[in-house]
Amino acid sequence: MKVRPHVSIALLLALAAAVAAPGAAPSATAGEAQIAVAANFTAPMKRITALFEQDTGHSVRTSYGATGKFYAQIRNGAPFEALLAADQKRPERLEAEGVGVPGSRFTYAIGSLVLWSAKPGLVENDPSLLRTGNFNKLSVANPKLAPYGEAAMQTLSALRLRQALEPRLVMGENIAQTFQFVDTGNADLGFVALSQVMQDGRIAKGSGWIVPGDLHAPIRQDAVMLHRGRDNPAVIELIAYLQSEKAQAVIRDFGYQTE
Amino acid sequence: MFLSDADLEAIALTLRLATITTLILFVVGTPIAWWLSRTRSRWKGPVGAVVALPLVLPPSVLGFYLLVTMGPNGPVGWLTQTLGIGLLPFSFWGLVIGSVFYSLPFMVQPVQNAFEAMGERPLEVAATLRASPLDRFFTVALPLAAPGFVTAGILTFAHTVGEFGVVLMIGGNIPGETRVASVQIYDYVEALEYGNAHRLAAVLLVFSFLVLLALYSWRPHPRKV
Repeated sequence: MKVRPHVSIALLLALAAAVAAPGAAPSATAGEAQIAVAANFTAPMKRITALFEQDTGHSVRTSYGATGKFYAQIRNGAPFEALLAADQKRPERLEAEGVGVPGSRFTYAIGSLVLWSAKPGLVENDPSLLRTGNFNKLSVANPKLAPYGEAAMQTLSALRLRQALEPRLVMGENIAQTFQFVDTGNADLGFVALSQVMQDGRIAKGSGWIVPGDLHAPIRQDAVMLHRGRDNPAVIELIAYLQSEKAQAVIRDFGYQTE
Repeated sequence: MFLSDADLEAIALTLRLATITTLILFVVGTPIAWWLSRTRSRWKGPVGAVVALPLVLPPSVLGFYLLVTMGPNGPVGWLTQTLGIGLLPFSFWGLVIGSVFYSLPFMVQPVQNAFEAMGERPLEVAATLRASPLDRFFTVALPLAAPGFVTAGILTFAHTVGEFGVVLMIGGNIPGETRVASVQIYDYVEALEYGNAHRLAAVLLVFSFLVLLALYSWRPHPRKV
């Protein structure tokens, strides 16, 4: 097939325009913060970012993913200016290794775990379904990588079901994938973050059992500022904003506890 | 021991996945390659494009479609459940199906090229000797295309060993079932166990190099017909 010349020229021009298109021009006062955020905190972070951008005029670029992956990327020069981790271990290590700003660590949220199914009515408000075994697969986040996965395994141990259910486990690489396995129906059940299924203070769809906090170690999620962002006003203000009552209220709305 | 038991299990699983995928693709890919090399149908273009899609599509797209179609609300998931097989995601055979799609062009294209390169002449000669079409295919076309099959087999095998994104999306990371070597390495890196990651990564690196070295050093003897 032959491409007519004027078509190919138009295509070329379009390509050139796309390549040359300038990004948003930075204004004198508004800055930009580049933040790595644990996958479980995606929904509240989106709301908080919108509020923050409205209130301060700064803009925030967020990447959502597994805390362990972010840690490895940050250690290898990723351009993040702060990390909102899913645990305390990674921020502590970053600080100890001189990548995190000393004294900038704080707990921004305490996570809750929920046994959840996309099917309404499948999960009663208790762990009985786990005992009957009336489900195909149980999706958990990889306990080696994700604190919610670790908490899920601790819960199974506390219920004395760990050995029995081990063959039914499928593992998500992070809590977002764990949720997605359940949400698409490929796994009947999963231990996910309450924030993933909570809307306006209740479980928005499917059915779930909020795991009592005494069945697993608390999921304390720490944030740490990274050296790259220490002189960036947008980062400094965002870190402060996260600790404000306004942001903390949003965080609680999504089923987290705050300090 | 240089590698842990879990690593050896992951390697064994990877080799099993690659072997089965390659064998299936020999069977599935050969008729497609033959048809593509001989047809004058207007469907040749579209079919060729579909076969080549996995070369271009990100594994995340393929993994996403597989997860949704093989899930309980997808057509394939409905079929497998109706047949009593259950659901394919998170199972070894689910990975096999994903790999068959993912590696399809690596089988079809070299074989198709080999079929096209032999031309019509040998088959016509065989026909004048009263060889039936099936006979011509098995005793003339296949042996002539043998170098193409070797290339296709090696590439398909190696490409399946190197598969990662699709497995990550539909595998569920189950030891001995879906946790292949590439995923095992990813886990090590994420868990900050760089020593373990290095060891297994080195094994894959050496393996891949040797396979490609064999492929590029190997020269078929030119055959005259």
